[in-house]
Amino acid sequence: MAEAKRGAEAKRGDRPLSPHILIYRFPVTAVASILTRITGNGLIVGVILAVWWLLAAAISPEAFARANGLATSWFGDLVFTLSAWAVWYHYLSGLRHLYMDAGHGLDIVTAERLSWGCIAGSVVLTLVTILIV
Amino acid sequence: MRYLTDRKRAEGKGAAHAGTHHHWSMQMSSVALAFMVPTWIFIFGHALGQSHDAVLATFSRPFPAILTALVLVVAMRHFAMGATMMIEDYARGSARKLGVIFATSLATVIAATGLFALIKIAL
Repeated sequence: MAEAKRGAEAKRGDRPLSPHILIYRFPVTAVASILTRITGNGLIVGVILAVWWLLAAAISPEAFARANGLATSWFGDLVFTLSAWAVWYHYLSGLRHLYMDAGHGLDIVTAERLSWGCIAGSVVLTLVTILIV
Repeated sequence: MRYLTDRKRAEGKGAAHAGTHHHWSMQMSSVALAFMVPTWIFIFGHALGQSHDAVLATFSRPFPAILTALVLVVAMRHFAMGATMMIEDYARGSARKLGVIFATSLATVIAATGLFALIKIAL
């Protein structure tokens, strides 16, 4: 009886625990995954500012002056710089997803390398974009 | 022993009852955007910060205007479907329905506004 009980306890102890969210260190693949969603959906902010700016250009010089003032202010710079990073991160991660959907790069080592590649690559491409544009 | 294939047993059991077409649409629009977006960033980035006349001149030319229109339409469809996917993951019931309607409407309004602006500038 006692043995059976200990057996049951050992079994309970062997079960995988759900991650304790405050001390859980996210694997890079999880970070890469959630960043794809955040950047993709967050890009709508940059798109709204860009389309408002384009609409203002179409309407009148006064409207353009107002929109252009905001688009080229520190706020506009912040939105468009973050958008540039978001679009490049989402771009690279999208390519990564197409590659994985084709059945490649699914082992842990390759998946982690691809995740780091997206993060590093997006920073590099953002800096290149800022330099060129 | 059941004379059913695994596929036959699994079909229709998913929560969404659909999804392959959604996924394929996302893949198609992502490939289209992968080809268009780098050039578009270059065009938009150059136009941003220039004078009103220079901006009008840029978007009156066929290539920037057509590319911007294509990016807008494809990207807003890609956004609407991606945002729908996110809302379906996190929200249930009426919040889910309203969220999907809002995201889809927002994307459509943005695309329509951008196209109006482009047509007004180009013509």
